[in-house]
Amino acid sequence: MDAERTYTELALRARAALASVNASPGVAKPDPILLAENVRRNFGGVTAVDVQHLEVQRGSITALIGPNGAGKTTLFNLLTGFDTPEAGEWMFDSKNLKKVVAHKTASLGMVRTFQLTKSLTKLSVIENMKLGATHQMGEKWWNGLLPFRYRKQEAMIERRADELLKRFKLDHMRDQYAGTLSGGQRKLLEMARALMTNPRLVMLDEPMAGVNPALKQSLNEHIRGLRDDGMTVLFVEHDMDMVHDISDWVVVMAEGRIIAEGTPEQISANPAVIEAYLGTHQGKSLLEEENA
Amino acid sequence: MDIIKILENTISAFFGIDAAYFALAAIGLNIQFGYTGLLNFGQSAFMACGAYGLGMTSQYFGVGMWWGILIGLAFVIILGLLVGIPTLRLRADYLAIVTIATAEIVRLVVRSVRFKEYFGGSDGINSFSKTFRDLSPFDPGAQYGVRPFQYSGYSLWTMIVGWSLVIVFSVLVYLLMKSPWGRVIKAIREDEDAVRSLGKNVYSYKMQSLILGGVVGMFSGMIFALDRGSVQPDNYSRDVTFYVLTALVLGGVAKVSGSVIGPMMFWGLYVFSDNFLRELTKDRPFEVFGVGIIQKSQVGPVNYMLIGLGLMLLMTFRPQGVFGSKEEMALDGR
Repeated sequence: MDAERTYTELALRARAALASVNASPGVAKPDPILLAENVRRNFGGVTAVDVQHLEVQRGSITALIGPNGAGKTTLFNLLTGFDTPEAGEWMFDSKNLKKVVAHKTASLGMVRTFQLTKSLTKLSVIENMKLGATHQMGEKWWNGLLPFRYRKQEAMIERRADELLKRFKLDHMRDQYAGTLSGGQRKLLEMARALMTNPRLVMLDEPMAGVNPALKQSLNEHIRGLRDDGMTVLFVEHDMDMVHDISDWVVVMAEGRIIAEGTPEQISANPAVIEAYLGTHQGKSLLEEENA
Repeated sequence: MDIIKILENTISAFFGIDAAYFALAAIGLNIQFGYTGLLNFGQSAFMACGAYGLGMTSQYFGVGMWWGILIGLAFVIILGLLVGIPTLRLRADYLAIVTIATAEIVRLVVRSVRFKEYFGGSDGINSFSKTFRDLSPFDPGAQYGVRPFQYSGYSLWTMIVGWSLVIVFSVLVYLLMKSPWGRVIKAIREDEDAVRSLGKNVYSYKMQSLILGGVVGMFSGMIFALDRGSVQPDNYSRDVTFYVLTALVLGGVAKVSGSVIGPMMFWGLYVFSDNFLRELTKDRPFEVFGVGIIQKSQVGPVNYMLIGLGLMLLMTFRPQGVFGSKEEMALDGR
């Protein structure tokens, strides 16, 4: 599959940059857009996240994988301000995000989606999209009372929303309630809505969960399209085929820590990863285990 | 039984001042509850802010009546901040608990002996509405209109002002909810975190909604106080909040038309049922085959029972209210 794929210049540059990076946990990248240092979060006595060092290369698609409970979503929450860690520093585009609240990260150019899709069911698809645009005049209530103050901007936003809907093949659902969409369409809508914020870093939490195989292919293409448009993508995923297919770099988490990093090829051959996913006794039959 | 009289009173109640001040309170509550999903069970406290804002102009501050609007606004903002700052970051349930308690605190404070100097205690305040009465172009003693639309001069004046305010705020709320601001507000009702992830300050929007709804509620309290010519602490009890909420749900939440027509229907039904029962028991207790069903002195409580029954039936067979959207209702929990 890889052979017949074409890459934009941008993607090629990111891939080339990553090719020279040492495949070890917490390794430094040539041009990181996101950087986390000693980020730690405890839930009671359990350490959910304890990341020594993590860098995400600008312009790349980076996959974050790991078994259930590895702390992937918690790390997402911490980085985007939806949760506060006990310790640590993290930076987006060399801006320290430690004191930045969740809603501010979006206007800085860092947007996330959620594992459980959050489509706003009683709003129409197009309203969902228009909500995503940042810096809207009409979002001040006193301007809201004066339609002429926001009409022009609203028309521009609507045009952009329509373009994105077309790209994500949701234009035929434009005026339907988002609640009437199927699970896969909601994933698409959520991704498209996130793009309305004009992000530089898109963080997708399990974009493929509950999506049928046919739609997975097109979702894959959309994610690759984000990179080709110059965005950086960081995504959490369990579907290893997909991870192998589209990511430039893979970060593996287990028990809150980063245990491996590397290109998809390096990761699939990494014994530590296989161990984390399948347990220490992989390869042995149950009978052997009992006898041992 | 005088059926004509019952119908006349019913129709008159549709457009009466009670419906007008309920409609204002419901429009405010609709911003908070219907559009934003804020469970405000203390709308009566915001109404009291308006009433006492007016009343205190003469009782305490000794300034002209129009200052009452500014004083009321100040009260609403202070109350909104007090209630909102600790609770709006939390889940919706907490706001419900806190607002219901706050409304009671407000009522108990204004009726307390300790603060009689400011709020007039349980006697309330009576001498503040002269400026408003003097503005009336009608003769307060005379009757205007033809039955069933016959009102005294003063009632007519407060009704005209009240319904004008209803129209003004209906238009404003309609514009607001059509705007991007309304879009954010409705999205918050659906899912706060999604809205936060798209870069909106959810907390600030919820606060704006709480206070804007409170300001409309404030005008409701003012109209009520002006109509009665007095401010009574017990007029702002929990019952008022729940009747307003009932009227709003009857009309249909998250619809401007629902928040206006709902209160009209609420009062129409209330007066119809009350008048009907009164006529029924006027001469002797109502009996079926010799079994006593209801007598004169029971009309009040039975009326409330019937209203409660009617609401239960409404919720069962038309949960979206009269004007609510069935489509939207069907999307709940998906």
